[in-house]
Amino acid sequence: MNITTNKWVRYLLQAINYTVFMALVWYFSAAPSIRILADDQAAITIAFAHAGDLREPCRKLSSEELAELAVNMRQLEDCPRERSPVLIQASLGGEFIYDVSLDPPGLFEDGGVDVYFSKRIPAGKHQFEIRMDDSVREQGFNHSFSSEFDVAPGRIILVSFDSERGFSAR
Amino acid sequence: MLVNPVKRAYLALESWFNISFGTEWNPLYHLGTLSFFLFWVILVSGIYLFIPFDGSLSGAYQSVEYITHEQWYVAGVMRSLHRYASDAVVVTVLLHMFKEFASGRYRGFRWFSWVTGVPTLWLIITLGITGYWLVWDELAQYVAIGSARLMDAIPLLSGAMTRNFVAGQMTDRFFILIEFLHLLGQPLILFFLLWIHVKRLSGVSINPPRGLAGGTFIALLALSLAKPAVSHGPADLASMPFTLNIDWFYLNVYPLVDYWTEGQTWVLTTSVTFLLMIMPWLPPAKSSPIAVVDLDNCNGCGLCFNDCPFDAITVQARTDGARFEHEVVVDPDLCGACGICAGSCPASNPFRSSKSTLKTGIDMPQLSVDKLRTRTKQAVMEMSGATKILIFGCEHGLDTGLFDDAGTRSIRLICSGMLPPTLVEFALKKGADGVLVSGCRHNDCYFRFGNQWTRLRFSGERNPILRARADRERVRVQGAAETDKGDIQRSLEKFREELGRLNQADKSADADKDEKMADEYHH
Ligand code: HEM
Ligand code: SF4
Ligand code: SF4
Repeated sequence: MNITTNKWVRYLLQAINYTVFMALVWYFSAAPSIRILADDQAAITIAFAHAGDLREPCRKLSSEELAELAVNMRQLEDCPRERSPVLIQASLGGEFIYDVSLDPPGLFEDGGVDVYFSKRIPAGKHQFEIRMDDSVREQGFNHSFSSEFDVAPGRIILVSFDSERGFSAR
Repeated sequence: MLVNPVKRAYLALESWFNISFGTEWNPLYHLGTLSFFLFWVILVSGIYLFIPFDGSLSGAYQSVEYITHEQWYVAGVMRSLHRYASDAVVVTVLLHMFKEFASGRYRGFRWFSWVTGVPTLWLIITLGITGYWLVWDELAQYVAIGSARLMDAIPLLSGAMTRNFVAGQMTDRFFILIEFLHLLGQPLILFFLLWIHVKRLSGVSINPPRGLAGGTFIALLALSLAKPAVSHGPADLASMPFTLNIDWFYLNVYPLVDYWTEGQTWVLTTSVTFLLMIMPWLPPAKSSPIAVVDLDNCNGCGLCFNDCPFDAITVQARTDGARFEHEVVVDPDLCGACGICAGSCPASNPFRSSKSTLKTGIDMPQLSVDKLRTRTKQAVMEMSGATKILIFGCEHGLDTGLFDDAGTRSIRLICSGMLPPTLVEFALKKGADGVLVSGCRHNDCYFRFGNQWTRLRFSGERNPILRARADRERVRVQGAAETDKGDIQRSLEKFREELGRLNQADKSADADKDEKMADEYHH
């Protein structure tokens, strides 16, 4: 096509095209905005790493068994590497918000699990409870924690676990 | 004529841009180079920003605030240019992709350019993502957690990334890794991929026309001054923002992760990528026979090598013992079967061996130069009337067969570039009053350079030239897409009028000559 438009008309049309292009670029570079939380919402996050208890205790080897092993392989205890699955249940105001059973990862089921859970909750006072069963050798939940907190809008309650200090929330 | 609606929409936009930018500056003809230009803007502004930027997790946000507010007049403008050029490049690259798709330039031998284009898309997007991360504001935090969740969802990875972030263990070391990716790793890989992307093409230009580059830069600068890029509040892992102004060009997957699951997001993104990757074979293009060299008729001049748009021809030492130094070979994997080489070969001369088959140095088995000569002779013979116009039209532009009537015949070419200029001369000599060559729209050749070479050959700027023996006034070149029937119709009518006048003038000149000769005879 051979179009010969007046030079100045063309510049004007180009200016219009560039304006449309830039308006598009500008608009979608920061809009439409997305809502992460409602004005009266907060969030609770449960995040920690934890290795479940060994499924079986270490066992002292008998002398016959020891004799069967090669010299360089001899050790006094046999420790099976498999770990227990980790069961976690958390509730807010008596209602379960999180209920999982995490299997230990790894070929030998000997890894630690990564716990991550996040949920939006209404801001304000909450009764929070969490319990964990990380051992097949002990009956029931062997770790638990409860707390009442008052969470401001936009804040995150972070619940974590430490094998020495147990559960904590901040 | 049925034109698919996607192509029709594209052609309409192209026409509008031709009106406003002219065919030389039409951005749709320079989307690849325009993207390169935007990369330069991004690179230069990025290097400038690197100086005041504080690479530590604790200092990054404040340094970006300094850049934006304290030194708004230089660093702030640079930040805005960096952001907006990055956003603009997503638009130009998507349009580039859409254009190649709409014009069918992604199948057959072009699979390589298409398939290597897809990973660049991923790279551009992830480069933008790491860029947003560096600001370490609330948006960066959102991006970091979203990315971590996506990474954790990949089987076999440790799955500990999200937990690390939210537990406040986003370390300086990890931040430095992101910086390394954004500042060095990703740009290097991107440029490497782009190099591969255009590797199979010859004569690739990297720079858009000055007028287009200048206009784009002024527009970006104006936007940067009018609406400077700003940050959100500083990142704080103990809180969540209520709203975020996300950049939809780059961060569009994160809302998906929020409203869907990580797994679904992966399924969507990987399937889209996979679909894009296999598109050149949906369905497979039927392959056309490639160019064949006939050494008996090749003197090794290298003209075909100069003109091949796909780097498919190489010049090598002579192997047949002929006295010439060189010969050419065609790489079957690269040849796009455009026929342009047949148009460049000096041996494609219809005046040669007029009694027997016309053999040339390089030819297309599906439409040989000999066949073209036969069709030309026949078409000229079939025409009647005062002005006979022979049209050479290419298969990828408007179907010129639409104009066939008593005084008009059209011959289809694979590409307008496959027309040897001597064939135009031949047609005129055989009795055509005028020749119209129509191919793809000006500057937008399906085979990249066909119509450009034709123009240059006809204007005497590129070999093989249209010799002066052919009256230039009786030759027209005008590109036309499927939707440009009206334009060609009008041009044909005008051309016919002019040819009528030329015929008249020639006749009276001949009469003059006869008279003069008669006069001389009498004296
Ligand atoms: C940063 C991104 C990109 C840049 C800078 C870029 C640049 C270019 C350039 C300069 C050319 C050569 C054009 C010519 O001289 O004729 C080209 C060709 C091509 N590009 Fe891209 N490209 C990009 C991304 C893509 C993507 C994402 C796709 C599609 C998936 C794509 C598909 C193609 C195709 C099919 C061709 C071949 C055109 C032909 O053979 O005529 N490109 N690109
Ligand atoms: S047909 Fe086209 S792509 Fe093939 S060698 Fe000739 S010019 Fe090159
Ligand atoms: S243009 Fe013709 S003569 Fe020249 S190198 Fe190519 S095939 Fe040979």
